[in-house]
Amino acid sequence: MTTPRLQLTGITKRYPGVVANRAISLQVLPGEIHAVLGENGAGKSTLMKVIYGSVKPDEGAVMFNGHPAQVRNPQEARALGISMVFQHFSLFDTLSVAENVWLGLDKSLSLAEVSASITAKAAEYGLGIDPVRPVHTLSVGEMQRVEIIRALLTSPQLLILDEPTSVLTPQAVDKLFIVLRKLAAEGCSILYISHKLHEIRALCTACTVLRGGKVTGDCDPRKESNASLSRLMIGAEPPALKLRAQQPGVTVLAVDGLSLNSAEPFGTDLHNILLSVRAGEVVGIAGVSGNGQSELLRSLSGEDMRAPAGSIQVGSQDAARLSPGQRRLLGLHFVPEERLGRGAVPTLSLAHNLLLTRNDAVGAFGWLRVGALRRQAADIIARYKVKASGPNAAAKSLSGGNLQKFIVGREIEAIRQFAGPPQELAHPLGGPGKARAGGHVGLLILSQPTWGVDVGAAAQIRGEILALRDAGCAVLVVSEELEELFEICDRLHVIAKGQLSPSVDRADASTELIGQWMSGLWDATEQQPAMEVDHAAA
Amino acid sequence: MLRLEARAQPSAGWAYGSPLLALVITVVVGVGLFVLLGKDPVRGLEIFFWEPIKSAYALSELVVKATPLLIIGLGLAVCFRSNVWNIGAEGQYLIGAIFATGVALQADADSSRWIVMAMLLAGALGGMVWAGITALLRDRFNANEILVSLMLVYVAIQVLNYLVYGPWKDPAGFNFPQTKTFEAAAQMPRLMAGSRVNIGILLALAGVVLVWVFLFRTRAGFAQQVGGLAPSAARYAGFSSRRALWTALLVSGGAAGLAGALEVAGPIGQLTPHVPVGYGFAAIIVAFVGRLHPVGIVFSALLMSMFYIGGELAQSRMGLPRSITGVFQGLLLFTLLACDTLINYRLVWSAPAKLQAALSSGLSLQSNTVGSAVALKDGIAGPRLAEEKN
Amino acid sequence: MEPIALLIAASLNAGTVLAIAALGLLINEKAGIVNLGAEGMMLCSALAGFAAVVHTGSGLAGFVAGMAVGALLAAIFGVLVIWLNTNQYATGLALSLFGGGLSAFAGARYVKASLPEQSSFAIPGLSDIPFLGSAFFRHHPMVYVCIFLVLGMIWFLYRTRAGLVLRSVGESPESAHALGYPVRRIRLLAVVAGGALCGLSGAYVSTVYTPLWVEGMIAGKGWIALALTTFATWRPARVLLGAYLFGGVTMLQFHLQAVGVNVASQFLTMMPYLATIVVLVLISRNPTWIRINMPTSIGKPFYPGS
Repeated sequence: MTTPRLQLTGITKRYPGVVANRAISLQVLPGEIHAVLGENGAGKSTLMKVIYGSVKPDEGAVMFNGHPAQVRNPQEARALGISMVFQHFSLFDTLSVAENVWLGLDKSLSLAEVSASITAKAAEYGLGIDPVRPVHTLSVGEMQRVEIIRALLTSPQLLILDEPTSVLTPQAVDKLFIVLRKLAAEGCSILYISHKLHEIRALCTACTVLRGGKVTGDCDPRKESNASLSRLMIGAEPPALKLRAQQPGVTVLAVDGLSLNSAEPFGTDLHNILLSVRAGEVVGIAGVSGNGQSELLRSLSGEDMRAPAGSIQVGSQDAARLSPGQRRLLGLHFVPEERLGRGAVPTLSLAHNLLLTRNDAVGAFGWLRVGALRRQAADIIARYKVKASGPNAAAKSLSGGNLQKFIVGREIEAIRQFAGPPQELAHPLGGPGKARAGGHVGLLILSQPTWGVDVGAAAQIRGEILALRDAGCAVLVVSEELEELFEICDRLHVIAKGQLSPSVDRADASTELIGQWMSGLWDATEQQPAMEVDHAAA
Repeated sequence: MLRLEARAQPSAGWAYGSPLLALVITVVVGVGLFVLLGKDPVRGLEIFFWEPIKSAYALSELVVKATPLLIIGLGLAVCFRSNVWNIGAEGQYLIGAIFATGVALQADADSSRWIVMAMLLAGALGGMVWAGITALLRDRFNANEILVSLMLVYVAIQVLNYLVYGPWKDPAGFNFPQTKTFEAAAQMPRLMAGSRVNIGILLALAGVVLVWVFLFRTRAGFAQQVGGLAPSAARYAGFSSRRALWTALLVSGGAAGLAGALEVAGPIGQLTPHVPVGYGFAAIIVAFVGRLHPVGIVFSALLMSMFYIGGELAQSRMGLPRSITGVFQGLLLFTLLACDTLINYRLVWSAPAKLQAALSSGLSLQSNTVGSAVALKDGIAGPRLAEEKN
Repeated sequence: MEPIALLIAASLNAGTVLAIAALGLLINEKAGIVNLGAEGMMLCSALAGFAAVVHTGSGLAGFVAGMAVGALLAAIFGVLVIWLNTNQYATGLALSLFGGGLSAFAGARYVKASLPEQSSFAIPGLSDIPFLGSAFFRHHPMVYVCIFLVLGMIWFLYRTRAGLVLRSVGESPESAHALGYPVRRIRLLAVVAGGALCGLSGAYVSTVYTPLWVEGMIAGKGWIALALTTFATWRPARVLLGAYLFGGVTMLQFHLQAVGVNVASQFLTMMPYLATIVVLVLISRNPTWIRINMPTSIGKPFYPGS
């Protein structure tokens, strides 16, 4: 029996209100690529922090190469030979690649020596990177390469990777797998954290599945199917969403010639975005983050009002220079990717958070009808099965999934009111937003709608999106998760380096095609002719 | 050893309890200070907490001192809740006093009583103009409002000195740097004989109601505060940060200017170089200790004026420097900030591992029992002091 | 020419006060912490330095006392802000208010005291050069120490690994923490070092610059030093130049009065404060410029293990 490289026995870690890891036992052999599979909130990140020394377990033992190991901080982990590549990079934007790597190494080398080793290691593994470039000039994929090289330079015996492919195009993922297989062949053990079933089955030789902080199974993923792994991960097969074919209606959102310089010093400029969304369809925009999604979304939502006049049309109105409030009057609602701090104010109650995007509880002269607010919030909580102590619960006391359900519910209910049957409104002196009376088509834009959300809530949210679409609304979804887009979208675009590809019907889309487009390699003459017909008709 | 553990929901109990605990700690330190200086601590406590409230006259003096603190504090509450850090209320107070004096000096023996109204309006206007400079520089040029408003305090003091040593000096004043005493018409009408309380307190109390309604029952007030709590959310909602900035500074500047006008039209009765006594800075403490809430500020203004009166009495009766007031005020703010941690964190005693396991499963049950927080009913956004600035 | 040489000398002297304090604040801010308590720290240190010299007669004791008091107050601030995560701006403000009150209270008995006569300083040989001698070589040693401090800080921040670690903490404490650096301890060290420098500057004011003690004698120099670090975009050499410029503006008012310019003295006294406002406006106009140079985590609370 070979001595396991890493052996965890009975690891338990508690935080206020939640037990993140419960008596977890795990074993990694030398040269093994070992997956740790689990949905968001299963406890994977906490377990890795325990191994890497960022966090001390409440109970349990760690053995490394057969000897008990007390890893009190990341420096001790690195000294042992454990290296980690984080999901959220530990990089310093204004410093150079070499300086960043230097900070991650504990040996007292000089900066020049570090630069030389970087170039050497990069050549050895085919990960091209220039040591003198400041990190903020790198693409997200290149930043990950810096992290990987930094880890490799410590000559690790155990390399931990936390969700490494969320920032990579499919082609880059293949290149990463080549690097990892080479490392494993040289005897390094790899712990691969992910929730992507097909990747684990393609790469890994062993797998431990976590659910709710506990180990639910150990297996060899090469012998398992997606369905069996999914059963271990969430206790059941993922619910199949029924997609009814829809006939799309009028164009609700028309973006044409949207070019915009980024407001941020390290942002992405937008070039000539051409996009349309019709009633009763879900259009998706795929793409690795950092390619202009935030800039595009801010232009669409109204947080950035500098778009060229006429480049954004909602219905028949030019919305390019309108404020978010004015766009909501036209039926445009937006669910941002950051829940706490942007979609909701963390310390305010759910009831008060309604006021961010809804004005129905606002009376004459801006008077707040707090009772009406609470009733509305309670309504959303019930209808969307949000687990919260009530409308007065602070937004930050909700779990990620529940808060996302609330925010999505808030916006969908607003659209339902906008799009519902025409009704009379009795507020002659009322504040803003009283002119709406139903009978219109709404537009819902969502950014990363199920990021950090548990599988149950994610399925529910996707179901709500489809229900909205079936009711005749127009929906635009921006997401990094290709599987999600394939599941709910009718048409797909890809955004790369600030440019938008033409759209492709879901039936004709494949991972390879999307992957290619993510590198910017689409045929620019292939535009949707159908759009122009609708323009004339609208 | 003691550890801090984050709470799931901000503790409503500690939101109210923290200022009280801070006061207790300050008093304890105060007692220690008295002992260290060889003074009788009981006498010291008596001077600070009993003397100012022991008679109707004492209470009226308390109200007179509390009025400007309350008015400026209300304005600053609106400002700080919007995450605009107006530290220059002292300067806005002075310019308000100056503007009011300008109107008062136009009066002669036959002027109508309405000139007082004009003085108060001029004072508010002066404060708004001075705060408006800070707003303009932050709006157009992004200049940090803390430093700009503070520099303007020093400038305002020089403007005051220039006027009382120069063009506004009373020709019949034996060359003392002061203006003439205002005509009777230009002085604030007293509310009752035998005390110096004037209608300023009524204005202040009206202000309490107005600010409460604005902050907690209007959409404009809500929008104002979201800008302070979560700037990204405010942008998402479409709340104008420019409007929030100007509102915050004009309201707090106007309030400070009004307070300045009330002081020169009331207790002081003229403009002298001794008008700046630091009310603008003390009001910052008043605002924080009062939890940036109009009702809380009423209490903290009374507390702060107790410190002022106590300091004056300590000088005359115990031979201590009057600046002891400043020590207590600063100390109170410090301890308040420290105690506020308890709103978002719990103090946990870390025991050895096995005991720890048993304890923490018991403790973690507590964290979710602070359900519908009372503090959130009025939309008090809990502890802002532990949040980030931007 | 002599009056101009004297003006330059006075500017360097006045600038030294601002530069040392600003360097202390710079170290703070490079680690991501804003300490608005500079004014309060300088007042208390000024008192401590003055009292130390009154009781011991040694100028050095004054400086040491000032640095100790500055460091102590900064440490209290640091614990509150770094471990209890109190709002940095409010806590710094509290420190300034408290420092003002404490120094006024404890200093009451020193108001009439005076310091022993100071020796005049001159670098042998160099100080006899016409014009240059009067302008540059007749200063108190602290003026030269200040220049070495600037050089030392440049070397530390940009040429040593410790300085790189400090800058990385200010850039992204979360990343530094993930890499295993003791972020909170590093920040506390920076805060205490910064406080010591502010204390040194305060003691210099009360024992050399204007050898006396009076309530509030720092008169806003702590705040001006804060503005100076922003104006200098957090680079030590620019801090020094900016400080000398400010010193010049401050001294100009006396020069103008001496020359007989017919403006009320109060308007001249205003000049340094107005100059600070102008300087802030000039540097803040381009938000991108600030964003690129400013340590990214300034003012934001850091929660390890979140």
